[in-house]
This record gives sequence, structure tokens and C-alpha cells, in this order.
Amino acid sequence: MFDFCADPSVLDRLTWLSCYLTTGKHMAIYWSVGTVLLLLAVTAPTALAFGFGGAVLARSRVAPLRWLGKGYIAIVRGVPDIAFFLFFVIALDQLFEWVRHEVKCPEWENSVWQGNDFIVCQAAKLPLSSAPQWVHEGYGFVLAVITFSIVFGAFAGNVLFGAMRAVPRAQLETAEAYGMSRGQTFRRVLVPQMWVYALPGLSNLWMVLIKATPLLFLLGVEDIVYWARELGGTKTPQFTAYPHGDWRVWYFLALLVFYLGMTKLSEWALTRLQDRLSHGQATASGERLRRDEVTA
Amino acid sequence: MQKLILTTAALALSAGAAFAQDTVRLGTEGAYPPYNYIDDTGEVAGFERELGDELCVRAGLTCEWVTNDWDSIIPNLVAGNYDTIIAGMSITDEREEVIDFTQDYYPPTASAYVAASENVDVLSGVVSAQTATIQAGHVAESGATLLEYATPDETIAAVRSGEADAVFADYDYLLPAVEASNGELMFVGERVPLGGGVGMGIRESDTELLEAMDAGITSMKEDGSLNELLIKWFGEDVQTY
Repeated sequence: MFDFCADPSVLDRLTWLSCYLTTGKHMAIYWSVGTVLLLLAVTAPTALAFGFGGAVLARSRVAPLRWLGKGYIAIVRGVPDIAFFLFFVIALDQLFEWVRHEVKCPEWENSVWQGNDFIVCQAAKLPLSSAPQWVHEGYGFVLAVITFSIVFGAFAGNVLFGAMRAVPRAQLETAEAYGMSRGQTFRRVLVPQMWVYALPGLSNLWMVLIKATPLLFLLGVEDIVYWARELGGTKTPQFTAYPHGDWRVWYFLALLVFYLGMTKLSEWALTRLQDRLSHGQATASGERLRRDEVTA
Repeated sequence: MQKLILTTAALALSAGAAFAQDTVRLGTEGAYPPYNYIDDTGEVAGFERELGDELCVRAGLTCEWVTNDWDSIIPNLVAGNYDTIIAGMSITDEREEVIDFTQDYYPPTASAYVAASENVDVLSGVVSAQTATIQAGHVAESGATLLEYATPDETIAAVRSGEADAVFADYDYLLPAVEASNGELMFVGERVPLGGGVGMGIRESDTELLEAMDAGITSMKEDGSLNELLIKWFGEDVQTY
């Protein structure tokens, strides 16, 4: 990156380190931090949407919809994450390709299964094998978001389902007494009030999600843990201008700091959110906030 | 992210048969120098990088490099995420059942034990090897206690840290590590010939690509360019064709 990095073996330690930490290979780990943050930013709202949908279905008055919602929550919560990540993603990818195959190559005669191989016509490949690598990576990332959202959505669904039931009946009765329809009661009274009951459960899920991001590697997305292991491994002089011993401990320490920092930041944000949601609520913490304001 | 890939321009488009696809994705591990590794710029490098690029030029194909975890390197080939495995993979009967191999581009290899002291008994101690390799299979049958790791680097790190008494891997992979260790690591025991040479793995249904790559390897063996590459990356002592 810098001009003085041409021959790292003659540099003093600090300059050496500045060159070492800016190699193309290190840029990859910095990028992967961005990938993880982006994954969190996209997955959290998507999973919440899945959860909300699941919870609404699970309390539907129409039996088949209710079964669908309850089935989703129960099945996904019951299957181990790793099994889900390994099986579901490959199945999802093959389902997409098979559908495209049926549409785009109707004249294809051979089966898509040939022995061990899953073969679709070139035009049905997703992404096309001629597509640049970033498209392949983007596709892998989208699959990761979908999978994470389905898994975490099921847990969020259960939390929201419980939260919707925790809203005091008196609140809903009052809404009905004002002549609101079921839909109006749901939108204006139930949903705004349920968040305070859902927040502790959702904040747990958020913390678990932060720590679950290394599962990305199972999906072929090279995340920070992969790069920490790759960069930290012993490097012999024959293959690099920056030979070093086993530095994995330093790289993993950096990861530790990253994850602890994320956790601390989240805790601070969630506490503020909790205070805000409790405002004016008929709960103990809402009552405490009201008293504090009166005495202040 | 950054699966570190490069596109090699196909210079001779006229060469080679008309392919259904013109872009071939080459899958490798990127953690097994000198065969394949990620260099300082973050790109795939090593013996197989140069070999693969040359084979693609000779077959008139555009090639893209993809790195994949060793553990899932065969399933991902079969699922169609890339088209070849070029990752120092030895040709074995077990693998032949699932995928096809080209002829070998590296002669049948010798595997060796490396330990931190001379007097280690590699047949009864704890020996580390990479998961799902012929070396791991050999250690399991040798009577030693097998300690498996996902990456080659971790197998050597286990010896340095004392978790394993010795590591068992390809001689050519261990050699640079032993040379760079200032006497901390040393070869022990006998070398063991294993496997049927290193070849390129290709889906069984992909016969067209298999023939093209096979023809490329044959022509590189005939004009001596393969031997040059072998000597460049593995030293003068390497077995050539």
C-alpha cells in the first residue's frame, strides 16, 4: 500500500507493522467486518418481519393459517441451527435452480440428478457461471440472510406471540368499548403496547445473532473468523514477504474485543429503548418512570 | 467475502473445443503452500495457480479462482458451485466413486512425519493430520492416536503447542515449515508413499471438461513445462515426469 513497503525485511517494527496490516490480504478481513455488520443490519429487521408474520398467523382465527404459523415456529425452533444451515441452504439453492431450469430449458431431456451430480442447464445456473465473482458472493450473502432470517424469525415469532398475549386485557376491552374493530384494536392498541413485553426476549435474540455470524462460513461467505485463522496461521518466508509465527491468539483477541464491543454497544442501545418503550405503560418500569418525572 | 478471485484471460479462443460454457470456476483451498495459498495481496498463488492458469489458456477457457473449505470441497463441486477441484488432492479409489480425476499432474507423493524432537514414536503417539485426507486415513490405521484439524496450518501448530507428538502430511507441504523453524521442527520416521498422485477433480458428468484438462496436462508433460513448474515450486529434488 505505501511506497516504503517494497522490502519489508529491512523495516523497523512499527513501519513493518503498518505495512503488514495494510496488505491486500488484510484488506479482506476489514471487508469481512463490513460483511458481518451488513448481515446484522439486514438480517435483524428481516427476521423481525418473519417473526411478526409468524406470530400474527399463529394467533389467527382461521385454523389453517394458525397451523401454518404454529408449525413454522415449532419446527424451525426444534431443528438444530447447524443442520438447518447445512441442509436448508443447499436445498434452497437447488430449488431456485430447478425452477429456473424447468422454465428456461424445457427441451432438456436428462434428469437433473445424474448419480451424485446435480446438473441444470447453463442458462439456469444461479448465478450464471460466467457472472463475476462478486455476483456469486452477493448471492451467497442473500442466501445467508434468508436462512438467518427464517431461523431467528421463528424464535422472534414465539417472543412476539407471547408479548401479544401479555398486553393487559383491560386495554383491549377499552379499545373495543370505544368501538374499534378487531383490526383497529390490533394496530392501534395491541401492537404499540406489546413491544415492551417483547423487548427482553428480542434483545436476547439480537445478542445470539451477533455471536452466530461465524456460521456464515458454513454458507461459503468468508467471515472474520475465517480470516483471523488464515491470517494468524504460521507464515514461512518462502510464501510471504511478512513471515511470522503462530499469531492466531492476537487475531482472536482482536475478535474478542470486536464482539465484546458490539455487545456493550447493544446493551446501551437496548437499555435506552427499554426506557423509551416503558414510557406511559402500565408496567412496573413504566410506573417508576412516571414517579421519577413527578418527583423531578 | 472477497473470495479472492482473478480472471485469467483466455488468449487462444480458437484452441480447444466449443464449450457449452466458456467460464470455468476452479475451486481450491488456498491454505496448502506450495500447492496453493493466499499471497500477501490476497490472491490465490502457488504451483496450482500457475498450472491452472496455463491449462485454461491451452484449453481456450476463461478461468476464475474460488476458495473453499477443504471439508466441503467435494460436496460443493458436485453441487455445481465450481467446476474443478485443483487443491493438491490425491487420486484415491474412495474419491473416484464420487468424482472423476484427470491424470496426475504431480507424481504419487511421499507423506512424512514431523515432530518437535527426535525420539517420538509416530506409531503409538498422538499424530495430527488434516480431516478427510489420505494422511488422516493412514494415521487412523497405523495404531497412533489421530488428532484431526480442519486446516493444514493447524496440524503443524498442534505439534508446536505440544497437543500432538507429530504431524503427518505431504512431504512438500512440511518441508518449507521445517526449514523456516530454525531446528524447532524435524522430520522423523520413514517417509510413506500414499495415493495415486495429485489430479484435478471434475464432476463425473462433465466429460468434456475432463478431456480438455487431461489434454492440457498431457501437452504440458510432453513439452516439459510441467517439469519446469514442479522444479520452480518444489525444488530440484522433486520427482518429475
